[in-house]
Amino acid sequence: MSEGMLSFAIFFAAIFTNNILLTNYLGMCSFLSVSREVKTSVGLGFAVTFVMAVTSVLNYLAYYYILVPFNIEYLRYIVFIVIIAAFVQIVEMIIERVSDTLYLSLGIFLPLITVNCAILGVSLFMVIREYSLLSSFAYGFGSGIGWFLAILAMAGIRQKTSRARIPRGLEGAGIALIIAGIMALAFMGFSGMIDIN
Amino acid sequence: MNKRKINKIFYEGLLRDNPVFYQILGICSTLAVTNLVKNTLVMCFGLIFTLSLSNLTVSVLRKLIPSRIRMMVEVLVISCYVIIVDIIFKAYVPEISSELGPYVGLIITNCIVMGRAEAFALNNPPGLSLFDGLASGLGYSYVLLTISVFRELMGSGTLLGFRVMGDWWTNWSIMVMAPGAFFMLAVFIWIIKGVIIKEDKK
Repeated sequence: MSEGMLSFAIFFAAIFTNNILLTNYLGMCSFLSVSREVKTSVGLGFAVTFVMAVTSVLNYLAYYYILVPFNIEYLRYIVFIVIIAAFVQIVEMIIERVSDTLYLSLGIFLPLITVNCAILGVSLFMVIREYSLLSSFAYGFGSGIGWFLAILAMAGIRQKTSRARIPRGLEGAGIALIIAGIMALAFMGFSGMIDIN
Repeated sequence: MNKRKINKIFYEGLLRDNPVFYQILGICSTLAVTNLVKNTLVMCFGLIFTLSLSNLTVSVLRKLIPSRIRMMVEVLVISCYVIIVDIIFKAYVPEISSELGPYVGLIITNCIVMGRAEAFALNNPPGLSLFDGLASGLGYSYVLLTISVFRELMGSGTLLGFRVMGDWWTNWSIMVMAPGAFFMLAVFIWIIKGVIIKEDKK
């Protein structure tokens, strides 16, 4: 398979067959706490997709052009998290200046993103699976969209079921986890379509 | 340090304010590493180590950290300990380390560690913070171990790699896959919450 085709396959696999949330369980904390309304989950979804796509490229460059030549790969955790935090901070400052509406819809979610494990997880998977630069971007972007899709579907379902009568012990997190489990079952239907690893 | 305070910390960390089933934090690793008991044990060791020592360090430094950049400092302290854990795992349990993959590194963004540093270590003396980290870490560990025992037993019919179920047992392969993890945690929360609700009624 050519480089471009492979990246394309990785992009689709990251959305459907290897969904970062439903098969790798990353980004669960904000997934469970922010998925009560469709509107807020759309805002968070956009922010995550954007940050994930850019930081996977930044971290790729930092890893292969700074850490590997100096033989200090074990410092990658610190470097990755600092790059992510710095990038999020810069984006927050920029959109605060540029557009008020964008800041109100996106900016409030940005501080949440630094501690979203999906962002760091994408960068770590990228290193473990030894992706190329193009594939890393495809993987980051695809994972972001996959996460967006999952939280959007979740918010839609939770809004519909908000008035349902649920056993008291299951209210809140319990029922959300069961819904996520059923969604994961549904996404397993995609498996076998594309295989990356 | 008095004993009552420490008792209270352990009671809250293990039961009343348990990080996993009460505060719903650190769910990613709860779901991801519980397919085998062996992996869970190693992961719990890593988390307890990171959590208690980062709590101690943040608490020692709490008067020196400017409040504006405190999150950044906390993250750096935590990542230093995670690097230590990662190197130890790679040296002594290389197979489990490669099976855990990115999840060791993801201790950095585990909300429990950040949450305890923010909520407890910043306002309390080092000794108490160390115990608080230990209590929350143990609270996390026993929940994970319970879930992993059921998942491994039902999913592969083994415990710590030893065959427990007889030949008559058909493996529920769903239990070691993603949906099984979600359902198992939901059932666990359901049972625990049911007990808590009953206690509150009394």
